Amino acid sequence: MQGESHGSHQTVAIEPGAEHEAHAAAPSAFDGDAQHGSQLTRRGFLQSALAAATLAQAPQALAQPKPAPVAATLAPPDAPPQAVVLNINGQDHRLTLEPRVTLLDALRETLAMNGTKKGCDRGQCGACTVLVNGRRVNSCLTLAVMAEGDRIVTVEGLAHGGQLSPLQTAFIEHDAFQCGYCTPGQLCSATALLDEMRAHSASAATPDVRQQAVAWSDDEIRERMSGNLCRCGAYPNIVSAIRSVAAGKV
Amino acid sequence: MQAIYYDRATDVAHALRLAQQPGAMFIGGGTNLLDLMKGDVERPQRLVDITHIGGLDHITELPDGGLRIGALVRNSDCANHALVRQRYPLLSQALLAGASPQLRNMATVGGNLLQRTRCPYFTDTAFEHCNKRMPGSGCGARDGYQRMHAILGASEACIAVNPSDMSVALAALEAGVQVAGPRGERRIALADFHRLPGATPQIDTTLLPGEMIVAVDLPASPFARHAHYLKVRDRASYAFALVSVAAGLEMDGDGRTVRQARIALGGVAHKPWRVAAAEAVLVGQPLSDARSRQAAALLVAGAQARDDNRYKIEMAQRAVVRALRNAGESA
Repeated sequence: MQGESHGSHQTVAIEPGAEHEAHAAAPSAFDGDAQHGSQLTRRGFLQSALAAATLAQAPQALAQPKPAPVAATLAPPDAPPQAVVLNINGQDHRLTLEPRVTLLDALRETLAMNGTKKGCDRGQCGACTVLVNGRRVNSCLTLAVMAEGDRIVTVEGLAHGGQLSPLQTAFIEHDAFQCGYCTPGQLCSATALLDEMRAHSASAATPDVRQQAVAWSDDEIRERMSGNLCRCGAYPNIVSAIRSVAAGKV
Repeated sequence: MQAIYYDRATDVAHALRLAQQPGAMFIGGGTNLLDLMKGDVERPQRLVDITHIGGLDHITELPDGGLRIGALVRNSDCANHALVRQRYPLLSQALLAGASPQLRNMATVGGNLLQRTRCPYFTDTAFEHCNKRMPGSGCGARDGYQRMHAILGASEACIAVNPSDMSVALAALEAGVQVAGPRGERRIALADFHRLPGATPQIDTTLLPGEMIVAVDLPASPFARHAHYLKVRDRASYAFALVSVAAGLEMDGDGRTVRQARIALGGVAHKPWRVAAAEAVLVGQPLSDARSRQAAALLVAGAQARDDNRYKIEMAQRAVVRALRNAGESA
């Protein structure tokens, strides 16, 4: 979908994920992270390589950039894009979004903040987990327009001044990931878990919810991380990483 | 997902006015609605965002010793509210057994009640037959795959189940649903809130068009000391119930004899399932597995299973016995 809309600057959205017209930062698919600096990033490199490969295969198609044919045949959406201000990692971003655009798509597609991952896009895998007003939520089931006025923190906002958070450091020390795709969601989720457990919130693993004290057991941590799936199965190391931070801080 | 208009309501009266527009639906946490919209199962023209209405996100004490839970209180906040944990541990347990931490942070108490009764034939538009999604189109589940489906109160038209854990606890606690509508406020007993499918399974609840939930009221409860929510599921966490039981007991001074009992079954019907005779058979008797088994048999009386969900009849009864035993042991 990204590649197809290259070169188009119309506000025709085929689906929320395809909306690129943002007044703040609107990278086209092939700009990638380039606009954030001259540094070569993995994503930028992959996108350039993809572009080159596509160019080699279909030079005609890219010689004259034009709207993707599918976009031209679709009627414009009923509801026009509207101004939305999102506060992300302490910074206000002024965007123009259709009401149906999810927070996840606004982050990834409009703002090119690709740290937050799209897994199932249906609230089942937790890869898209971000913090809204300090609480973990699924950004795939949050409309961006509804998050206006909230404080949003993504995985990009967990480190401060180049210093990884204790949890991020623990994930590295405990080898708490393999492919890393679920890791941003795991990190945001676990960050909130630490706050929740320090506040003595109960879980389904808590023997008696009438007791205020909560034990930092593996069962508690596993239950509280059940909204984040890891296909690589790094669960034991994720649990030990979280436990190590809890032990050092409580 | 099709395009939508978006309105942000500032108060209840504003929300009710906005909801009069064609194709409008309220949105709270959105965890069920947006999921169904992404699958083209729900196709509202307009969403009325009620999450910015003040005053509906609090839990307050009622004069009779009960609690009023605002409709916009998030599931996680309700589960962890000090008074809910102390006085209604059954509700805390049920809420914490549902969904994931992220979803519980988003989902509201009112929205939990209004999540759709559903099954895979409803949520996947690739299936041609679903009376709930397309009235009159038939039921794909009836002669299809029905492992998760209803054994009680279902109809030829629909055998889906309501997956809410919270509702099962609220049924046992005899909650009331406070509703506002164009013609004022009214109260619906939780037992009457969800409806059986009959010939119109597309209608899940007795809430009328244009009405919205403003609060859930809990009466004072004698079941705080002896309560247990048991959820039997395929995974240890984050899965719908195959069957679930909300059990609350009030014991006599001897600590053995049952003074009052409440049992609600989840995962078996379009609504939480209660049977007065099942609760009555426990009263005035010492709690025992044998008695509990009698109660369990009364609860599932008239159950009708299909090939894949036949196991639920026995599983539900065993779950009732275990939940009552656990409730009796807790103190």
